[in-house]
Amino acid sequence: MTRLRAAAVGAWEFLAGDDWVTAIGVLLALGVTGLVSEGSEAWFVMPLAVGLLLTLSIWREARKHDQA
Amino acid sequence: MNGQALGLAVSVFLACAVEAVEALTIVLAVGTTRSWRSALGGAAAAVLALIAATAVLGPGLTSLPIDTLRLVVGGLLLVFGLQWLRKAILRGAGLKSLHDEEEIFRKEAAAAAAAGAPHDRLDPYSFTIAFKGVLLEGLEVVFIALTFGANQHRLGLAAVAAGAAVVLVAAIGVAIRSPLANVPENAMKFSVGVMLTSFGIFWGAEGAGAQWPEGDAALLLLVPAVAAFSLLLVRLFRSTVVVGRAVEA
Repeated sequence: MTRLRAAAVGAWEFLAGDDWVTAIGVLLALGVTGLVSEGSEAWFVMPLAVGLLLTLSIWREARKHDQA
Repeated sequence: MNGQALGLAVSVFLACAVEAVEALTIVLAVGTTRSWRSALGGAAAAVLALIAATAVLGPGLTSLPIDTLRLVVGGLLLVFGLQWLRKAILRGAGLKSLHDEEEIFRKEAAAAAAAGAPHDRLDPYSFTIAFKGVLLEGLEVVFIALTFGANQHRLGLAAVAAGAAVVLVAAIGVAIRSPLANVPENAMKFSVGVMLTSFGIFWGAEGAGAQWPEGDAALLLLVPAVAAFSLLLVRLFRSTVVVGRAVEA
């Protein structure tokens, strides 16, 4: 069980890196695109979400940098 | 070769070259300090493990239905691409220190020297450190090459691009016997991040059911748009850092 847990944690860290918020944000953005694409053009959701996620990620890191 | 295939080849080549430079530093450090034979053995074993992982995961990915494949590939490329891009932007803006291969080499060599006398035949320390270094640096490249290659059904091209990068870096490393400190790693990481993020946005949205205006031609706008936005972030946050330092002073 411990090994299984360690493998799961390792896989998550490999995929999400040191910014899990962005990884979750990408999943949510793909989900929203899937929902919106039912009735209208949905291509704009991903570029918008990625721009927002990247800016927030850099901003969070800049804040940490300022506080250090 | 069309635009998407060129994007695949360039992205995989650059990603693999950057990771190979980092892996080379580790192999050189344990090789020069302890045992070349064991360090090269560890690196070769890791390369074999990476080839095995590619052979196992590749067919599984290519057998997925196209929309599922695009969704999975788009998501993975975005997650990896944003990690690369984020670090490159942070380094460009001065919020994170640049990757210093010479410093990493010195630290690895000091740790190797402090680990006791090497064994005569197979040195477990050198083998393990080289194996881990090459495996960890290579695993991400395997995912990038697999996801990019599987979606275009061009795994062969991805493998050739990755192999060419490894051979080039290894050949230079053997020739100069020192870490490749002058390689513009951050610029290469920035380029890879832009490509992975752009293709991730494109395929992820398509896989989730969206349709791009102008179809594949949308990529011709997406790549420069992601690059321009990222450069804008570098500029914006660099000036924030400079202003912060000026206020502190």
